[in-house]
Amino acid sequence: MSTIANAGTHSVDHHGDHGHHHETFWTKYVFSQDHKMIAKQFLITGIIMAVVAMLLSILFRIQLAWPDKEFPILEVFLGSKWAAGGRIHPEFFLALVTIHGTIMVFFVLTAGLSGTFANLLIPYQLGARDMASPFMNMLSYWFFFVACIVMIASFFVESGPASAGWTIYPPLSAVPKAISGSATGMTLWLISMTLFIVSQVLGGTNYISTVLNMRTKGMDLWKMPLTIWALFLTAIVGLLSFPVLVSAVVLLIFDRSFGTSFYLSDLVVQGQILPNEGGSPILFQHLFWFLGHPEVYIVLMPALGLTSEVISTNSRKPIFGYHAMVYSLIGITILSFIVWGHHMFVTGMNPFLGGVFMITTLIIAVPSAVKVFNYLATLWRGNIRFTPAMLFAIGMVSFFISGGLTGIYLGNSALDINLHDTYFVVAHFHLVMGSASIFGMLCGVYHWFPKLFGRMMNEKLGYLHFWLTFIGAYLVFFPMHFMGIDGVPRRYYAFTEFPFMEKWISVNVFVTWAAIIAALGQIAFIWNFFSSIWFGKRATQNPWSSNTLEWTTPVEHIHGNWPGEIPTVYRWPYDYSKPGHHEDFIPQTVPFSETMSSNLPHDFEGNAEAERIQREWELANNPQPEKETE
Amino acid sequence: MGFLKNSNFKIVFLLALAIGVSLSATVSARQQVEDTSIHATDTTGAIADPNATVSADTSLTSDTAAMDSAAAVKGATPTATTEEAGKVSLDPQVYTNFFYYLLVVFLVCVLVAVVGKILQIYELTRRMNGRDTTYYMYNVHANLFLVCLVVGLYGVYWSYANHGAQSLRDAATEHGERIDAMFMITTVITTIVLVLTHIGLFGFAFKYRATPSRKAYFYPHNNTIEKVWTIVPAVVLTVLVLFGFFTWRSITNVPEEEQKNALHIEVIGEQFAWTVRYPGRDGQIGERNYRLTTPLNSLGIDFTDKSSWDDQLGAEIVLPVNRPVRVQITSKDILHSFYIPDFRVQMNAVPGMKTYFQFTPTVTTEEMRDKLGDYNYDFVMLCAKICGGGHYNMQKRVRVVTEEEYQAWLNEQPYFFTEDLRKEFQVSQASEEEVEAKKLLANAN
Repeated sequence: MSTIANAGTHSVDHHGDHGHHHETFWTKYVFSQDHKMIAKQFLITGIIMAVVAMLLSILFRIQLAWPDKEFPILEVFLGSKWAAGGRIHPEFFLALVTIHGTIMVFFVLTAGLSGTFANLLIPYQLGARDMASPFMNMLSYWFFFVACIVMIASFFVESGPASAGWTIYPPLSAVPKAISGSATGMTLWLISMTLFIVSQVLGGTNYISTVLNMRTKGMDLWKMPLTIWALFLTAIVGLLSFPVLVSAVVLLIFDRSFGTSFYLSDLVVQGQILPNEGGSPILFQHLFWFLGHPEVYIVLMPALGLTSEVISTNSRKPIFGYHAMVYSLIGITILSFIVWGHHMFVTGMNPFLGGVFMITTLIIAVPSAVKVFNYLATLWRGNIRFTPAMLFAIGMVSFFISGGLTGIYLGNSALDINLHDTYFVVAHFHLVMGSASIFGMLCGVYHWFPKLFGRMMNEKLGYLHFWLTFIGAYLVFFPMHFMGIDGVPRRYYAFTEFPFMEKWISVNVFVTWAAIIAALGQIAFIWNFFSSIWFGKRATQNPWSSNTLEWTTPVEHIHGNWPGEIPTVYRWPYDYSKPGHHEDFIPQTVPFSETMSSNLPHDFEGNAEAERIQREWELANNPQPEKETE
Repeated sequence: MGFLKNSNFKIVFLLALAIGVSLSATVSARQQVEDTSIHATDTTGAIADPNATVSADTSLTSDTAAMDSAAAVKGATPTATTEEAGKVSLDPQVYTNFFYYLLVVFLVCVLVAVVGKILQIYELTRRMNGRDTTYYMYNVHANLFLVCLVVGLYGVYWSYANHGAQSLRDAATEHGERIDAMFMITTVITTIVLVLTHIGLFGFAFKYRATPSRKAYFYPHNNTIEKVWTIVPAVVLTVLVLFGFFTWRSITNVPEEEQKNALHIEVIGEQFAWTVRYPGRDGQIGERNYRLTTPLNSLGIDFTDKSSWDDQLGAEIVLPVNRPVRVQITSKDILHSFYIPDFRVQMNAVPGMKTYFQFTPTVTTEEMRDKLGDYNYDFVMLCAKICGGGHYNMQKRVRVVTEEEYQAWLNEQPYFFTEDLRKEFQVSQASEEEVEAKKLLANAN
């Protein structure tokens, strides 16, 4: 595989003349302000957090599958308070569920996904030397890191970690008497989340300003790759919605620690009359889901962006309907702010509002459907290379479909009556938000690993990882739909107390085994990832024959990304398999004057001069001008 | 794709050698684990002092040292002897088993590595014979996607047939039947979409795998097609939205006339039980005031509201068939959710706020039992909103009976306003009157 000829216009010399200060270990690896290093920091922290959250999920899956069995070894790990006699304590079960959800949603799929790929790709794919504010970027990571530490630390306080569910609805989360996790553990959760939001706001501001201000010459908005569009819109959604969560969290801190009554009223907890009056738990739900629903798209949109790029590259075809893809992302961005009420159909919100939110919710399915069809059209008549990244991208589309379709049930307020807070919801969001996003993230890791670390990951292990995870995820989550339809509520410690649930215990055993095998499958990834950092095969400059700008940078990371001048962009990023060109890709940096044989009238966007030159060339070289052959 | 060069053969052999060594190492490791476990048994047997045993355990599991030493420190304090005793009784076999499991996982990993190396050698021989090393792998995946499609679709069918049959029971309420009809329509539509899109997704993956000779078809956009697949989902969704919207309104927006005619009952959630209040003869549920909660009056019923005097406590929820019921739902402490799956009824219980759900049961418990052929079957109300350690067992039996049975049952239910409460109420009234009187006196003076 040859390096791209045109990138060779800049000689690859490693010490350009711009900004080389002396780098120590601390400034290079720890308090780095370089977007590539920060991307790596986000990614590795995200992976570690994902492993932690996955282990927590295995613990509660074991409890669900064998509610009557003792696992003495658990007592060794969890201590005799939370796993006396080898059986997980019911409140600790809730803590496991809570922290699993929190870590996965916020620390892995928000920070790990956006943080990694926004930092890596925004400067690279736009042709910028670094982020608009490298210092803020560094702060963003370190706030995130401290948030992670605080969250993990909550496992080591005596009253246990937060256990009111990842949605931390008060009064449960506000009254330590109601559940022990709402004591110090909840305080740590709230501190961690506040730090996390600071990190997100710092990062988001940076991403937006970089996208708007630091694009290279020729890179207008409509020449940006879909990854950038997705990350850009994600940052906007995050910047608008995360502050609302801060307000929710701060008011909750006030209620917990300073005796206010924003969310509390008329409480008699275990015989004790609490003084709070006049608050409303519903207020918290509104504030929470005003972030919480956009959060779903904060998690999902980067995954959609990454897979768009990977599917197009590996199908060797332009993404079908680039403009439609962008408009559907914009549509999702806007609509995501007016659908939060669908989490609250039966929580006591005015039922009329339920009807309104149902309408907005089902509208959001339209842009999502458009995206799916466009993916399929991109695959159609492609020349599909099954790299591990491509497999994960296809898996992502599959999860996006199967999980998205069940959203049509839950978005329908009448159907939601019976499905709300059941396993159907668990199945739904684990497919569409959990699996789809994590597949998007993994697809990104496999695809951009050469760019991150200058080496290739092992393909065979990638294949093994994909098939185990893909099949495993379906085996874990698909049966859960039926438990939900039967009316099994989520966050149940055991299914043993209700006769109608007993038939699901055998299904639970199956699900747990599938989860354990899928979790073991992740060893393939972890091993592959970390060993490839040091021992992987050295990457070439453009291993996937890709069009975007990041593959014109040298393999070795240098400060400022490009050794010489930043390349100019002449075309959109999806000129794959263009008829008339000798290769099946044309990078964005290749001017139309170098590809006279493959230019199409559409390429010139109505530039009469360029069209004239093209016509003259065609007349001179080819009496029968090459048209788009159908 | 440049893979391993021939000169790298040595490395492959070295790796194979390394795996061989590590394999033999694992065998000896297994030996060691066994030794250690025997040793641990010895220690446990020999040392009588429980503290020492705890620390022996600690040293045994070096990877859990952090957690365990904390426990050991705790155990060292004389107050926690019982806890400690629990610790001692941990059979050393447990550790052995645990390490065996780890060993099995490790061996599987080694096995995978061996298979990987064999594949690498296979690829090398292909390369040496001048055959391609990239596209054959694409063929494998293309075929796997086809297998995945076929097996997956069959799996979906199997799941629908088996799990679906397990989970779908006919709704036992009037509105529930409408919800079920809509559920079925939605299921049919989504299943069609699921199947078609996956045939597309996996089918294209199968059919359009990369070959060295072909070039993909350059097809960046087609506005007509895009319009079609924007409008078609939009239309389908509009139908579903309208259908859902009117069903939802008909369930939640009950005309006031019908609200009045319904049987009113109140359900109050608390950690981890439900209390059911029947309105008595006046058909009205008395007001509550949480400040009036006392050990006797645990609901904080306000007995100055006379409609509360004949309120009855239901040991379970018993409802007459074919009569509209309006449930008033609230909570004493934190959020709960009033959920009866068979009725397709759910509404959160919110402290400081009343929520309502009106429905009409159409099937008695007896009829449901006949229908299911399960003579122990009961409708059940459960909590669907996370509420603490006992969340998983916060239930109340629901019985739907004929009108006569209902009346007979109701007559047996006790009143809330018991003799003791009456006394308490009178005392509080008297003292209040006293206060009032004093106030008046003070004003007069």
